[in-house]
Amino acid sequence: MASQAPAAPSAAPAHGWRSSKLPDIKLLMWIFLASDIMFFGTLIGTYLIYKGRSLTGPYPLDVLDIPLTTVSTFVLLMSSFLMVIALDALRKNKIQQFRLWTFGVVFFGAIFLGFQIYEFNHFVDLGLTLGGNLFGSTFYVLTGTHGVHVAIGILWLGSILVSSYIRPWTAKDEVYLEVAGLYWHFVDLVWIVIFTLVYLVDFV
Amino acid sequence: MQTHRWLRPAGLLSLLALGLSGCEFAGPQSIFDTAGPIAEAQRDLFVWSYQLSWIVVIGVFGVMGYVIWRFRQRKGSDAIPKQFHGNTALEIWLTIIPVIIVIAVAVPTVRTIFATETRVVPDEDAVIVNVTGYQWWWRFEYPELGIVTANELVIPTDRQVVVNLDSADVLHSFWVPRLAGKRDMIPNQNNQLHFTADEPGEYYGQCAELCLGAHAYMKFRVIATDDAEFDAWATSFQEAADRTVQADPQIQQGEALFATKGCATCHTIDGYRDDVRVGTPDFPNLTNFGLRNTIAAAVVDNTQANLEQWLRDPQSIKPGNRMPAVWDTNDPNADEEIAAVAAYLRSLGVEPATQTQASIGANHGDR
Amino acid sequence: MAIGRQPLRPAADVGLLQRPTWTEGLVSWLTTVDHKRLGLLYIWTSFMFMGFASIEAFLIRLQLAAPGNTLLSPDVYNQMFTMHGVTMVFLAIMPLGTGFANYFVPLMIGARDLAFPRLNAFGYWIYAAGGLFLYSSFLLGGAPDAGWFAYAPLTSLSNNPGNGTDFYMIGLLIGGIGTLVTAMNLIVTIFSMRAPGMTMMRLPVFVWMMLVTSFLIVFAFPPLTIALLQIIMDRTFGTLFYVPEAGGLPILWQHLFWIFGHPEVYIIILPAFGVISEVIPTFSRKPLFGYPVMILSGIFIGFMGFAVWSHHMFTTGLGPVANTAFSITSFVIGIPTGVKVFNWLGTMWGGAIRFTTSMYYAMAFLFNFVLGGITGIMLAMPPFDAQANSTYFVVAHFHYVMGGGALFAFFAGVYYWFPKFTGRMMNDRLGKVAFWFFFIGFNIIFMPQHFAGLMGMPRRIQTFEAGIGLELVNLISTAGTFVMLAGILLILANVIQGFRAPKTAGNDPWDARTLEWKTTSPPQHHNFDEQPIALDRDALWAEKYPEHAHPDDASAYEGMDFDQGGIHMPGQSWYPFAMAVGILVASYGILFHNFVLAAIMGVFVVVTTYGWAFEGVGGHHVHPNKTATEGAHD
Ligand code: HEA
Ligand code: HEA
Ligand code: HEC
Ligand code: CUA
Ligand SMILES: [Cu+2]
Repeated sequence: MASQAPAAPSAAPAHGWRSSKLPDIKLLMWIFLASDIMFFGTLIGTYLIYKGRSLTGPYPLDVLDIPLTTVSTFVLLMSSFLMVIALDALRKNKIQQFRLWTFGVVFFGAIFLGFQIYEFNHFVDLGLTLGGNLFGSTFYVLTGTHGVHVAIGILWLGSILVSSYIRPWTAKDEVYLEVAGLYWHFVDLVWIVIFTLVYLVDFV
Repeated sequence: MQTHRWLRPAGLLSLLALGLSGCEFAGPQSIFDTAGPIAEAQRDLFVWSYQLSWIVVIGVFGVMGYVIWRFRQRKGSDAIPKQFHGNTALEIWLTIIPVIIVIAVAVPTVRTIFATETRVVPDEDAVIVNVTGYQWWWRFEYPELGIVTANELVIPTDRQVVVNLDSADVLHSFWVPRLAGKRDMIPNQNNQLHFTADEPGEYYGQCAELCLGAHAYMKFRVIATDDAEFDAWATSFQEAADRTVQADPQIQQGEALFATKGCATCHTIDGYRDDVRVGTPDFPNLTNFGLRNTIAAAVVDNTQANLEQWLRDPQSIKPGNRMPAVWDTNDPNADEEIAAVAAYLRSLGVEPATQTQASIGANHGDR
Repeated sequence: MAIGRQPLRPAADVGLLQRPTWTEGLVSWLTTVDHKRLGLLYIWTSFMFMGFASIEAFLIRLQLAAPGNTLLSPDVYNQMFTMHGVTMVFLAIMPLGTGFANYFVPLMIGARDLAFPRLNAFGYWIYAAGGLFLYSSFLLGGAPDAGWFAYAPLTSLSNNPGNGTDFYMIGLLIGGIGTLVTAMNLIVTIFSMRAPGMTMMRLPVFVWMMLVTSFLIVFAFPPLTIALLQIIMDRTFGTLFYVPEAGGLPILWQHLFWIFGHPEVYIIILPAFGVISEVIPTFSRKPLFGYPVMILSGIFIGFMGFAVWSHHMFTTGLGPVANTAFSITSFVIGIPTGVKVFNWLGTMWGGAIRFTTSMYYAMAFLFNFVLGGITGIMLAMPPFDAQANSTYFVVAHFHYVMGGGALFAFFAGVYYWFPKFTGRMMNDRLGKVAFWFFFIGFNIIFMPQHFAGLMGMPRRIQTFEAGIGLELVNLISTAGTFVMLAGILLILANVIQGFRAPKTAGNDPWDARTLEWKTTSPPQHHNFDEQPIALDRDALWAEKYPEHAHPDDASAYEGMDFDQGGIHMPGQSWYPFAMAVGILVASYGILFHNFVLAAIMGVFVVVTTYGWAFEGVGGHHVHPNKTATEGAHD
């Protein structure tokens, strides 16, 4: 361990033989998402099993506000769309655009989160609390976990944005954005499922 | 059992198996010493699988022994054996054998499942009991007979018994090995179990799901009697409310103490003065306690001495239980009062004559 | 070539923090990212926890030596078997498999390390933190006592007001994170870091089994994690998931636990199968019989493992249809398992078997595991399970598969790989003497428990009734622990002796078949001087005995430079350790409802995340085949 100079960053050569075409972190992200499906699957399963078992109100129909949540869902969907554009921009080395669209993703994500915070506040006012009834427990833990995922995504993409000013990103860094994007799309997708199963189902 | 027909020719294996199904394993809690059709079906299924397992054991260990002996490296030889990688035909055969065994197990299994585990609509003459598990005792309610009692389930022989299982706190599991396998008692889940006792007798029951504290001591008894005796038992309960305290002064003192010492804040005794009774269903109902064979969920026999010890210091008999010690250790009147209360409890449901005749009533399994 | 191996770009030139470079001493271990060091840490730590769990086991057996014994109070007894079960499963036997995987998966596939060395370090530290956290409960108000599957509502605040349950829930939660990330790491490693020529169908079976195991972990741990989270929420923030009075369903916990729990038992046994599949061919000097079938059956077992969970719940009143379904799926698992057993025998058939201590353990594994598997099939018959559930028959079953199976297999692994770890040979004769004590003791302990169960002895009772026929079986069982204890002491002596033996093992003392034996014993930091190439399934064997195998033509790889620029050794890092410590302290914060502390530590963890991400690549290159001066340039 005598030669202890830090490796030259981008000049670092590719090391050794690879037996997979997929970049490691991308593979890791896919596996993580597979596992995350089980996380959300369990939470959603719990929600569905406890659906209709609350002994006291408020019940879903008393609190859920479809129009409002439809808007926030739309916002989140848009952020996914911007994510695609941002990645495309980075691939084409259009750094300014990449920054802009990434900012858009973060911004829309934050709006979604804002909606959720508003919604939670509002629901608590309506009497829906964590410990009030089973609907409250299952609803908050499920949507709260999703909210945490969104928050992490915002933090992550935000950090990418900031770091792109510290050290310019180029098309070679594409995979790092792509992985964050995978995560973001997944979080969106999960929301679609939650929105359908938790919000919409009761109204049809 | 259907499977019995198949097992007869199993020759040598059966002999070995008979050792298992035979009496060496008799015991009040043994699954072999069955006393009802459900337990019998369950036992037979086990015996069948046990016999089949000899095929696997002999086959696998036989080959293993042979291989170990035959193919061990000989001294001094360093030859490299032929490097073969597999044999498809053999592999297929080696898959088919377990498949056959699995089918041989599965068919009787499925049959027995449907024979023993299906939820039943109680027979016309079935005895229905609502059982509630508490940490760490059992409440038995006979809704049709209007009887509530604890820790001893009295049933008639040869009649279907249907128990509805519930729990007041954590999980418990209702298990009488000689009569039927267990079924868990889970809050918000109405489980049912049914069985029949073929012969009169006293059967051991045991809680089979960890419920902390005195889980090990959470037992009970099932007492199967003929129809006549069962009816007499039921009548005695139904009439308990109208019976008066026996004339014996000690017993009468005991009755008074039962109120003043606060026993009645928890325990109910039918026929006990309503004015002082606030007992709730969440504590053992002591009606006709004199008819009980055991104390504190079948932990000790119902003798005068044991009962006194129970009242003096419940923890010494059943560590962890929730019955308080009512008398201070240095209470000078304790011995006398405890004896009185015990005598009173043991007089409940018992005719004065028989009571004096033997310290444990005639009905009590005096083992 | 370049794909997937870009260094973390933003990091490098920012170089927020220097990577530590200690090579010796405590700090070098705290900051290590070397898979071999981490593997050893895993193995040592799990043996330490196994030692604790054995002490608990001995106390259990002493208490049950005779009816009415009062050595342990009911409360203490409950803590003992709960911690014994939790420790053995989560802190001993499962991490032991991970430890072997850490050490040997890269070596067996001819790689330099795992794909994410720092993540690997984090996995270890968070596992160690989880274990410490659980064990600190003994000092901080009582250990968990609700059994290793902690059935609701026994774990609710009203039924279990002490904080033992919180230790269980939070401890398993954080330990589980470690298991998850390490599993993901292994999957990536196995997919993308195999040596040239090593196709999936040439992977050593141990690696294959670890791959299946890792997938099981990836899918099985989340349900457990969520279930744990729900209880933590119930106990800390007053949610109602498992409060029956509010409509909660205790049975849901059972489903979630066993959806995890059954795969968990295969998570335990599949690595053991892997070890056996290495040991038996080596000592039979033959390739594994039916390699593709072995792989397929492993995958099938893993897959089916998700379809049988309710066989732990036959007595909960699921109804005859569900019981039938889960019974059949459980039977079906016996078939691929049987195929494995037959193929091991097939491997030995026609071989030249060398009976080393390792092979003894492998044979004992076969013996115990088949017995345990058979009782498993019996338990899978719901009508019989109605009698056997929650009795010592079940206890006997799972000790035969986990103790007699997995543990014996891992012992076979220890004896097999000891020369590779240390370069030294263990004394074979002492090993065999110890083996007989261990093996016979094991069977004396657990064989009678079958009969205890059939005689109606429930599990988890701190005392049993006298006079119902249970005295003798329990006494024998307890007596067996002393025989086994003698075995353990002899094994320890054997290990100590092994460490003092001269370094004479050489690279390949067993004339083995797989790549880990190609490098030195112990392996150098960079594993292989030269990128190994797999020309056949048993890559090393094919290289040694080309006339007995039919290896690929090596010339296809000639002239290829797999290590352009030298072998890159990743730099060490403080962050995995720091992050684990942060999570550990935050856990105490949550447990003691000190949310300020928890929040501060939460921020700390976020900070370490950034530090981790921006710490730069670090490390250095080694050029084993070139002169030192050439190597110094980067
Ligand atoms: C390493 C861990 C491990 C393994 C591998 C297994 C393997 C199996 N287990 Fe076991 N099991 C546990 C660990 C394990 N188990 C634990 C820890 C518990 C208790 C948890 C608790 O309650 O605390 C438990 C409990 C348990 C129960 C619940 C009992 C109860 O609580 O009431 C059941 C019921 O079906 C069961 C079944 C099986 C089956 C069918 C297999 C099969 O996979 C076995 C297959 C193997 C063979 C069959 C042998 C080899 C095959 C042949 C030689 C071929 C020929 C044979 C036939 C065709 C039959 N197990
Ligand atoms: C891998 C799993 C595993 C292993 C190996 C063991 C090993 C043993 N177990 Fe355990 N056991 C469980 C898993 C395991 N157990 C589980 C999951 C439960 C259920 C808990 C519950 O109900 O919740 C249980 C429950 C259980 C019970 C039932 C308790 C009850 O229900 O009331 C009993 C009783 O006899 C018991 C005994 C033993 C004994 C005597 C051993 C002996 O084999 C132990 C002998 C020791 C070893 C085999 C280890 C050797 C160790 C070393 C060599 C390391 C030494 C190194 C250092 C000190 C550095 N165990
Ligand atoms: C705080 C409530 C409480 C009070 C007061 C109380 N007990 Fe109990 N008692 C219990 C509980 C709980 C049990 C069940 C204990 C067990 O078996 O786990 C019990 C059990 C018993 C039993 C055994 C019942 C059986 O089914 O075997 C007897 C007899 C008994 N109590 C008598 C008394 C007497 C007499 C007094 C007063 C001197 C008394 N109890 C006061 C709670 C109480
Ligand atoms: Cu009730 Cu155990
Ligand atoms: Cu299982």
